[in-house]
Amino acid sequence: MNDATLIRKNLFRKRLRAVLLMVSILIAFLIFGVLGALQNAFSVGMTSAAQERLVTVNRINFTVALPYAYWGRILQVEGVRDAGPASWFGGYYQEPQNFVQSFAVDPESYLAVYPNEILLPADQRAAFLEQRTCAVIGRALATQYGWSVGERIPLMSNIWQKQDGSQAWELDICGIFDDRDGTYPTNYLMLHYDYFNESLAFGRDSFHWITITTNDASQNDRISQEIDALFANSPAETSTTTEAAFNEAFMEQFGNISLILTWVIGAAFATILMIVGTTMVMAVNERTREIAVLKTLGFTAPRIFRMVLWEALLLSFLGGLIGLGLAALASAAAASALAGFLPSFGLSWMNIVTAMLLMAALGIVTGLLPAWNAMRVRISEALGKI
Amino acid sequence: MNADAPLYTLNNLSKRYTRGKETVTIFDALDMTIDAGDFIAIMGPSGSGKTTLLNLLGGIDAPSSGEVVFEGQRIDNLSQGKLAKWRAANAGFIFQFYNLMPTLTAAQNVELPLLLTNLSGKARKDRVNTALDIVGMSERARHRPGQLSGGQQQRVAIARAIVADPKVLLADEPTGDLDRTTADEILKTLQLLNAEMGKTIIMVTHDPAAARYAKRELHLNKGRFEEKGKV
Repeated sequence: MNDATLIRKNLFRKRLRAVLLMVSILIAFLIFGVLGALQNAFSVGMTSAAQERLVTVNRINFTVALPYAYWGRILQVEGVRDAGPASWFGGYYQEPQNFVQSFAVDPESYLAVYPNEILLPADQRAAFLEQRTCAVIGRALATQYGWSVGERIPLMSNIWQKQDGSQAWELDICGIFDDRDGTYPTNYLMLHYDYFNESLAFGRDSFHWITITTNDASQNDRISQEIDALFANSPAETSTTTEAAFNEAFMEQFGNISLILTWVIGAAFATILMIVGTTMVMAVNERTREIAVLKTLGFTAPRIFRMVLWEALLLSFLGGLIGLGLAALASAAAASALAGFLPSFGLSWMNIVTAMLLMAALGIVTGLLPAWNAMRVRISEALGKI
Repeated sequence: MNADAPLYTLNNLSKRYTRGKETVTIFDALDMTIDAGDFIAIMGPSGSGKTTLLNLLGGIDAPSSGEVVFEGQRIDNLSQGKLAKWRAANAGFIFQFYNLMPTLTAAQNVELPLLLTNLSGKARKDRVNTALDIVGMSERARHRPGQLSGGQQQRVAIARAIVADPKVLLADEPTGDLDRTTADEILKTLQLLNAEMGKTIIMVTHDPAAARYAKRELHLNKGRFEEKGKV
């Protein structure tokens, strides 16, 4: 036997209470883990490269199209190296619930603005550039639907209609791209803008956004202002920002994810803090006599303080680690189902480290007051008499 | 430590409490010596200060004035930390209501004072077995307090008090919660510890029958000792 035995026995002296406390902590960390995984999915693409690329969209918002002619004019702005226009296709496969994130792009210019992110074998790249019905897909999407190079798929659009009334575009999968370091999403499909545009029943010769690389990132502010100035007072004014800001704005259409997560996690932890803190104080108060006996036997006040604090930490880590483990399992299970829409759904090392720090903080905060009370127990008062 | 000194010397010991504006004197200018190997029963009416005196002897309360000297060293002016270490090394406590840890087995309860020593796990186990054997509780080592009778719990408490081999055992009404037969068994065990192991025992009791097991009976009344005789 040692102090750890005493700590463990004291924690589980009332098993139901200990288990309920652990479950409440478990739920807090389950929420933390799952929401953390969600936040990771939403923050993908906020890389340093994304800070240097620019994106021009309609000033109203990115769902309102820009005229095709803007592409050529943007390319004329001093300092612009490449510019790749893209249109949101709104694709699905066979059934509307089989969402396929898909863009109609100008292949050459689009690949040029992502030279380091999109890894496509040379022969597949050549095929994509040459054949109008070619599409390339990311690895995650290929895995999700089991597609491979050489397959022909009908991709439906829930937005666009062809002149013949159909909403299906027949596409040949010519390539599967990977990303270099796991930070670029591979959950989408690219098809030829020309092939898409030529058959449209409406909305032809327009695009939704244009991604731009520049010769000198330090000039990006000036270039952004010049691009927007080009189209000022026109029927389709533009807004040019960094790609990271664009991605963030895109995600914020679902609400301010970070703020929502912070509030939900904060509320969960504040509740748990009060429940666990109050219960720990009560649990230690119930043991005042036993603490007095330990002190009588010669246990020093600092030692008793440490034992009660460790008890709170043990409770916090037991509940927290189980909750985090369940969050990891739930995230892994959900990741494949969400791969098409949220490719990076999953816990990161940063989530795990943050959770550990939160467990320690929760244990310390909930343990400090009862530990302090235990340390200050006066033997003669607690026992009445020895 | 002075080998020739009495185990305890109380010099001009006073204890007063403040209750509102009133100061209550429990005892005043008390002088006493207790030799090693003694077995003293402290008796007296309720409120006479028996337990307060035991608290002072055990270093869990401080006098208002005067000195508590143990083996030539004052303990009344030690810090709380030093007093805790002093208690761990020198004093064993036996309570009226046993005060065993309900979540621990009898053996684990007995082992508690040894957690404050540097003994190895095996040495601790040997000592626990010996202590339980002395009080006749070896067979119940794995039982929790809730599975033991009052008398058995008190035996375990005695084993806990002696396991670290303290110089003095301080017992407050050790038979106050037991029937006569069980009380006699407990008192005989204490007598045995005093006679054969040389443990100094200071016992507070209301029970004249219990006091008769001691070598000396001290009656505390109105803040003064009256010695009623020696065995």
